[in-house]
Amino acid sequence: MTVLEGWWAYVFIAIAGWLATDIWRWLGVLAGNRLQEDSEALNWVRAVATALVAAVIAKLILYPTGVLEQSPLWLRLGAVAAGAVAFFIARQKPAIGIATAIGVLAVGLYALGF
Amino acid sequence: MENGEMAGSARHWFLTGMMGIFSLPASILMLSFVGFCAFTAQAGVPVEQVVFMVGAVWALPAKVILVTSILGGANVLTAFIAVTLSSIRLMPMVAALVPEIRTEKTPTWLLLFLSHFVAITAWVFAMERVQSVPRERRIVFFAGFGITLVLTNMVLVAVVYRFVAEFPPLVAGCLFFLTPVYFLVSIWNSARHPVIYVALVVGLIAGPVFYWLAPEFDILLAGVGGGTAAWLAERGWRQRKEVRA
Repeated sequence: MTVLEGWWAYVFIAIAGWLATDIWRWLGVLAGNRLQEDSEALNWVRAVATALVAAVIAKLILYPTGVLEQSPLWLRLGAVAAGAVAFFIARQKPAIGIATAIGVLAVGLYALGF
Repeated sequence: MENGEMAGSARHWFLTGMMGIFSLPASILMLSFVGFCAFTAQAGVPVEQVVFMVGAVWALPAKVILVTSILGGANVLTAFIAVTLSSIRLMPMVAALVPEIRTEKTPTWLLLFLSHFVAITAWVFAMERVQSVPRERRIVFFAGFGITLVLTNMVLVAVVYRFVAEFPPLVAGCLFFLTPVYFLVSIWNSARHPVIYVALVVGLIAGPVFYWLAPEFDILLAGVGGGTAAWLAERGWRQRKEVRA
């Protein structure tokens, strides 16, 4: 594994991290400045932004990094499904959905010897 | 009386935004940052670099990709491309937020500066809460929340870094899992337009499908393709309903 050292590390992070992300934020401001509220164009932008975030979410669940890489897929999907059921039963209380999903995952990981 | 006074002072709304640090989304993000900190500590990335990264990059998925690229020995151009491709979503996110928080008088330079504080958590939080803030105070409200959230997480990472390297795997796994679960719940909860529900479901399915078909552009294709399909479908239903009504 490579670790960057000295001033080069900060230049590296500024170019490959800071600039690489802020470019899109700035373009977003320029595009958003032209959008009218309640326009069909803004609806499309909302849909694309939401679908992009949803794709990131799906990837984090299906292809996680770190410890969860070794956990079985059925456990991760089961935890999300249990969380969703609890969330809707509890009249869409966020904390209940989240706690249920994490609880099921924790019990599953423990049972599997993590 | 001026409009400004009716809406409450700018200071009041900046402080209200700052208090967002005690909200559920902010707490979950902080736990996710503890998880990210454990990941970097175990990989041996120096703490000064991690703190700099939190402030400079901010978006958590982008940082994970940046660290993975660095650890893999990627050169700066390769890392830039990997991070920037994964961050295209920031553009429509910011573009959707800007019409909600600006007024006719808001200067563009201020929006450009504040856009740095947009990442998924701040976006979801702002889209959800900004409706209850008077329009001329939404910018200060967002600034108070966004700036506080970034600074707090920089301090948090600096403080917990030396304690997290030995985290038990079970805890690290659960911390990692908080992020996707929280995003799901909060997007569902903050949706004020039906197109959001459709886009969320379509994106969840399209993400893995495009990962299988074209792994290099999966997020982009799922977003633009899936989002457009969701918008078309929802618009179709809406127009048919209007015709019948």
